[in-house]
Amino acid sequence: MEMLKVLVVDDEPGIRSGIDRILSKFTVGYPFMDEDIGYTVYEASTGEDAIRIFHENPPDIALLDNKLPGMGGVEVLEYIKRNQLNIEVMMITSFASLELAVKATNIGAYDFVPKPFTPQELRSSMENITKHLFLKRMTQKMNKEGKQIRFQFLSVLSHELKNPLNSIEGYLRMMQERQAGDQIESYDEMIDRAIARIKGMRVLIMDLLDLTKIESGKKNREMQLTDLVKIARISSETMGPMAIQMEVDIRIESQEEFFVMADAEEMEIILNNLISNAVKYNKIGGMVICRLKEINKKLIIEVEDTGIGIPEDDIPTLFREFVRIRQKETKHIMGSGLGLSIVKRLIALYDGSIEVESHPGEGSIFRVVLPVII
Amino acid sequence: MINTEYRSLLLLADDDPDYLFQMKFALEKGGYRVVTAETMEEAELSLEREQPELAIFDLMMERDDAGFILSYHAKKKYPAMPVILLTAVTAETGRQFGSGSPDDKGWIKADLYLEKGLHPDQLIEHINSLLNH
Ligand SMILES: Nc1ncnc2c1ncn2[C@@H]1O[C@H](COP(=O)(O)OP(=O)(O)OP(=O)(O)O)[C@@H](O)[C@H]1O
Ligand SMILES: [Mg+2]
Repeated sequence: MEMLKVLVVDDEPGIRSGIDRILSKFTVGYPFMDEDIGYTVYEASTGEDAIRIFHENPPDIALLDNKLPGMGGVEVLEYIKRNQLNIEVMMITSFASLELAVKATNIGAYDFVPKPFTPQELRSSMENITKHLFLKRMTQKMNKEGKQIRFQFLSVLSHELKNPLNSIEGYLRMMQERQAGDQIESYDEMIDRAIARIKGMRVLIMDLLDLTKIESGKKNREMQLTDLVKIARISSETMGPMAIQMEVDIRIESQEEFFVMADAEEMEIILNNLISNAVKYNKIGGMVICRLKEINKKLIIEVEDTGIGIPEDDIPTLFREFVRIRQKETKHIMGSGLGLSIVKRLIALYDGSIEVESHPGEGSIFRVVLPVII
Repeated sequence: MINTEYRSLLLLADDDPDYLFQMKFALEKGGYRVVTAETMEEAELSLEREQPELAIFDLMMERDDAGFILSYHAKKKYPAMPVILLTAVTAETGRQFGSGSPDDKGWIKADLYLEKGLHPDQLIEHINSLLNH
């Protein structure tokens, strides 16, 4: 049986032992739970004691009397919230201070039991808080499993393909059923939206084709002397329309010509993706600098932007397939989340490496190191 | 007579703007007024400001448990307002939960769990019956 630790914080010994007696014989079961849940009860008589115990032997649930000799229950609750302790709180309050109990639930207590309570009232409150805890844990577990699933390429792919198909089909059905009447103009917005989703799918499919070519090794690689400056220019021209729209200035910093031994198409895919991200995730009026240089006989490509940046926590996942960072600013930017995973695979073909430096709100630098200089 | 003109207000929260567009359209045809929200924050604001008569939350928005959190808050504030959680969880993970029995309601704060692929007409039937229309 799984045991939850319950700390009873009350200055009346009678209440503490009463709760102990009721809970030690009580278990909660539920069809979803693999096993019943029971309680290990321990006690504190003051708020100060409780806080010490939170750190020495933290409980899952704290039952907090509001009227304590020193520090009050609400203050203990505020301490828990301020220090982001992972403890669920149930307030125990007399009927006279119901208003306070409501205040306590507003600042994050799960619930309250009015004193005096019957054993049944206590049990049913504990049952609710326990199920709430279980639900929270289940969600966390699902999140983890969900994320693992997310990285299973095929299942994500089907999801990414299904979503736009569903919405395109939805728009077509609305037209088929003449849901907006007989006037063709009434459907303009639906048509535009459907076309936008189709464009998104096209990008995804192009990315996928690149990816499968790399994966299966079928891509014909042609290693030859290639001028990277020329390729960087082509890439920034490709991004021209979007750069103009966002008033982003793209600059190339390099010697006049920069020849390396590499496959031109692969270099173009790498630069396209890095530059397109630097423009896409930029701010209006921002800047992109693409630097090509040589350090220790190795080629360094740096793409720096003055854009929205990437939260530090998200950097480790950036290069995985289908990872898109959810930020307010990226919500309306289209993308499949494949670009950087393709870049990473290509770089691996050259035994190169890529790293990111980013400051949220200020910008990012993607730095590629490739041993392609002869 | 005036009363037949009355149209209940629904809150619909989902992070896919196309899904919102299509559902809003269908629900309005079904005789409802609809406010939409694309993020949890927008949804919480609408709950407060518009006081909808029923809320429909997508389970996974910017957080994978967004729907849980939203229904929890919504039920705490407006215990009588019916809440529907829409999920694609079963289709995606094979995991089933929330059978909607009276016992569930004590702790999972939604009145109904529905799969996302559901036809709008069916959704409207569920809404009608939750609102006793
Ligand atoms: N220069 C950048 N500044 C800020 N965020 C970035 C930058 N480059 C990438 N990102 C973040 O990393 C995520 C993954 O990038 P990636 O290029 O792999 O996919 P994408 O741009 O979403 O789609 P696409 O496959 O069309 O390139 C992006 O969704 C974005 O959130
Ligand atoms: Mg990209």
